Amino acid sequence: MPLLEIENLSVTFPSQTSDLYAVDGVSLTLERGDVLGIVGESGSGKSVAMLAVMGLVAFPGQVTADRLTFEGRDLLRLSDNERRALTGKDVAMIFQEPTTSLNPSFTIGYQLAETLILHEKMDRKAARRRTIELLDQVGIPAPEGRLDAYPHQLSGGMNQRVMIAMAIACNPKLLIADEPTTALDVTIQAQILDLLLSLQRDRGMALILITHNMGVVADTTARVAVMYAGQIMEERSTESLFGSPQHPYTAALLAARPEASDGGRLATIPGVVPGAYDRPRGCLFAPRCAYATPHAAECRPELRPWQNGLIRCHYPLGDTTRDERIAADRRAAPPAAAPEVA
Amino acid sequence: MTAETIPTPVAAPNTGPPHPLAEFWLYFRANAGAVVGLFVIVGLVVVALLADVISPHSPIITNNTVFLKPPFWQAGGTLAYPLGTDAIGRDILSRLIHGARLSLLIGIAVVVLAVFAGTVLGLVAGFFRGMIEIVIMRLMDITLTLPSLLLAIVIVAILGPGLMNAMLAVSVVLLPHYVRIARAAVISEVAKDYVTAARVIGAGRMRLMFKEVLPNCVAPLIVQATLGISTAILDAAALGFLGLGAQPPTPEWGTMLADAREFVVRAWWVVTLPGVAILVTVLAFNLFGDGLRDALDPKLKR
Amino acid sequence: MSVLVSARGLTRVYDIGRGWFREPAHLQAVGGVSFELAAGHTLAVVGESGCGKSTLARMVTLIEPPSSGRLMIDGLNAVTPPASEKPRLRRTVQIVFQNPYGSLNPRKRVGTILEEPLIINTNLSKQERRRQVLEMMAKVGLRPEQHSRYPHMFSGGQRQRIAIARALMLSPKLLVADEPVSALDMSVQAQVLNLLVDLQAELGLAYLFISHDLGVVRHIAHDVMIMYLGVVMEHGAKERIFARPLHPYTQTLLAATPGMGKNRKRIIAKGELPSPLNPPAGCVFSTRCPYVTDQCRRERPVLRPLDERLVACHYAERFLEQPAA
Repeated sequence: MPLLEIENLSVTFPSQTSDLYAVDGVSLTLERGDVLGIVGESGSGKSVAMLAVMGLVAFPGQVTADRLTFEGRDLLRLSDNERRALTGKDVAMIFQEPTTSLNPSFTIGYQLAETLILHEKMDRKAARRRTIELLDQVGIPAPEGRLDAYPHQLSGGMNQRVMIAMAIACNPKLLIADEPTTALDVTIQAQILDLLLSLQRDRGMALILITHNMGVVADTTARVAVMYAGQIMEERSTESLFGSPQHPYTAALLAARPEASDGGRLATIPGVVPGAYDRPRGCLFAPRCAYATPHAAECRPELRPWQNGLIRCHYPLGDTTRDERIAADRRAAPPAAAPEVA
Repeated sequence: MTAETIPTPVAAPNTGPPHPLAEFWLYFRANAGAVVGLFVIVGLVVVALLADVISPHSPIITNNTVFLKPPFWQAGGTLAYPLGTDAIGRDILSRLIHGARLSLLIGIAVVVLAVFAGTVLGLVAGFFRGMIEIVIMRLMDITLTLPSLLLAIVIVAILGPGLMNAMLAVSVVLLPHYVRIARAAVISEVAKDYVTAARVIGAGRMRLMFKEVLPNCVAPLIVQATLGISTAILDAAALGFLGLGAQPPTPEWGTMLADAREFVVRAWWVVTLPGVAILVTVLAFNLFGDGLRDALDPKLKR
Repeated sequence: MSVLVSARGLTRVYDIGRGWFREPAHLQAVGGVSFELAAGHTLAVVGESGCGKSTLARMVTLIEPPSSGRLMIDGLNAVTPPASEKPRLRRTVQIVFQNPYGSLNPRKRVGTILEEPLIINTNLSKQERRRQVLEMMAKVGLRPEQHSRYPHMFSGGQRQRIAIARALMLSPKLLVADEPVSALDMSVQAQVLNLLVDLQAELGLAYLFISHDLGVVRHIAHDVMIMYLGVVMEHGAKERIFARPLHPYTQTLLAATPGMGKNRKRIIAKGELPSPLNPPAGCVFSTRCPYVTDQCRRERPVLRPLDERLVACHYAERFLEQPAA
């Protein structure tokens, strides 16, 4: 039984003017001990999808899914109490802004101990011992001295370590890290990523790393899902995704990285991410895709298996027949309907 | 897909986000109380504007034949004086209608005065940190330490009773709120990059203060001003009640209350009706102000 | 190659008040930075938070004066400019900020935002101003009909285009770009970087490019200056520094940058950035350096030429033998 199974998960935010599809039919399967990266630009729904797994989508967001299970338990049917028992214990999450994720009015020692007392039913003394142990595990020097520190007295990196300590306090089976290093300095970022990976290895927990940084996933994860406008566009092993991306969006993103430049101009993706008011009917990337056809603009592709991974594209880059099919589909409609290629 | 398929534009029709005003109305409309408040205010304004036309009698002229007539639905009342008459035979409805004109005028004039002075002081305090700021803010703090009505009474006592002086006094009482709000808004705006950018392109201090920063501080001021109108009406009525505001025979609601004190037991309507008028007006402005805050405050959105 | 900006020993010290009865603490945000920047060139200043790169940007943009040091911009003394030359200096240096959401006045239309520099600094007629604004909008890739829209109707990338357009309205010679792409999405980042490169080629602009992202810096810079705690660690041509970083801090930074550290030995700096209020006595990097010795803790290394660049490390020679990456 997989650890986490998501099938056709959608999150919509109804609004008086136009509904916002934050997550649109996301399916994912995660085994025990997996490390999965979810990359996407802002507004791609990568964070909201995981908040939905945690049951943290705020009103008025509506969550629907064909299947959303953790160790076979249906997450959509949990009572509030069951859900509280599960999240924070078996599934934990850390966020981008460590300093605001911690309550500024309480010491970090108190906040950590509370988690243990609540979920592990420890007494104060045991909780305190375990807190010191945890702080030590996440690489906080002289943890005894830090117990009485308030979040504002620690740096962003230290606070993120505290958040990680809190997340792993109950030995979760799955840790979701939402942009855990984005707010941190580069050298601290490397420390935190290393810490997350070593904790994952030592404890055999599964890790979902949400990030907008292609470099971060390339360095840390085994498998990547690329999200765009609420949908997964491509999912495969990190190595093959970076080696030979199959989705035009993935390829364009990789080419747009300054790291990929040879000194000349950078490849760019024309246009902007669709918003609530201009959501395309067909493939969501079609308006910005160099290979879009009238067929792609009209008919939304399904996420389907492709070369040891999954892809949501009519014309994957590795498909030997794609040139002919694109040409044929473009001929099928007057050329006026073809998108501009910038 | 067959060849006959009608080609459609690639992107879905782009309707774009709604206009800011439309968006504002969207959020404002969601608050039922605010909409009710708005309607009451609009009604009051109409009544005030048309006071001379719609009031059945003069608000000042007394009629010796009709002392303390009850409202029409009570025994002894007539439809000629729908809400009855006061102790010297003036039509209460007409006085209330003309009083609306006065109360709105007081509320708006007081708040305009306080907002204008408060904004300028707040802008100056927020821009010129240091001695100037300390002087302005401590002065405001001192003003705030005095009970507001007491302060107003002191000011009126110095200036002499009368509607104009009462309005001035209430303005002074309200002033510190606007200074504080303006200063807080200015300080948070000045820290933003667009102000630095304006400095880098060579904008002078006046330009920075009034053209760059001020327009971004108006939302909280508008909200506070709306709420302030109700406070102003209330304070002016209180001064009137104490005989320090509008002088008889001016049909001011507070003054009407004061005149009717001795008839509380004998003729309930002489006291109750002006009181109800004050209550409804103040409530309407408060509800409207709350709705305005909800719609204008970006933090409360979504 | 003419030198446009020349800085010698630029220093900025802030007094941090600690209440009425205590001496204020001194925070040295930038400590003696020197560089030269030629027209048409890009100098990238790289470092983590608190390294003084933004303070440096603010000094060069005349937003705040240096505590000491010399700064010449386009032949003018920019530290204590005579009043008659202030307007000219203003027009020579402009800045683009990191956050395009905060750097545009939300209550003004794009056209007004772009027109403002001209209103303040020139006597051009209304028609002429409008013509120049539309011309600039076309140059940075905005459409003429966007002239009368408000900033909130634009995406982050488009706003950054507006901010760049505003900075260029006065035809400056130096553009200070303070993390201009770090708030933008990946695909938009590339668009803005391309725009900056194109504008430089077209207008011969010099860029002082402040960034923490070595990937972006390697793409856009000619020269690189690595700063740490207000002090320059390594300064030289981009090719030199990226091929063979001689300062352990540069090496750490390169190794830590995601996507660039793949083929390198992964050096992870120990510990946290020290507080700038209480910097280490010797080398500022000594508390985190993997190669630290007693000499490093005692003696602050001076910036010295080595292998066609400047480096501030006692043991820089040791890294010369390492194979170039």
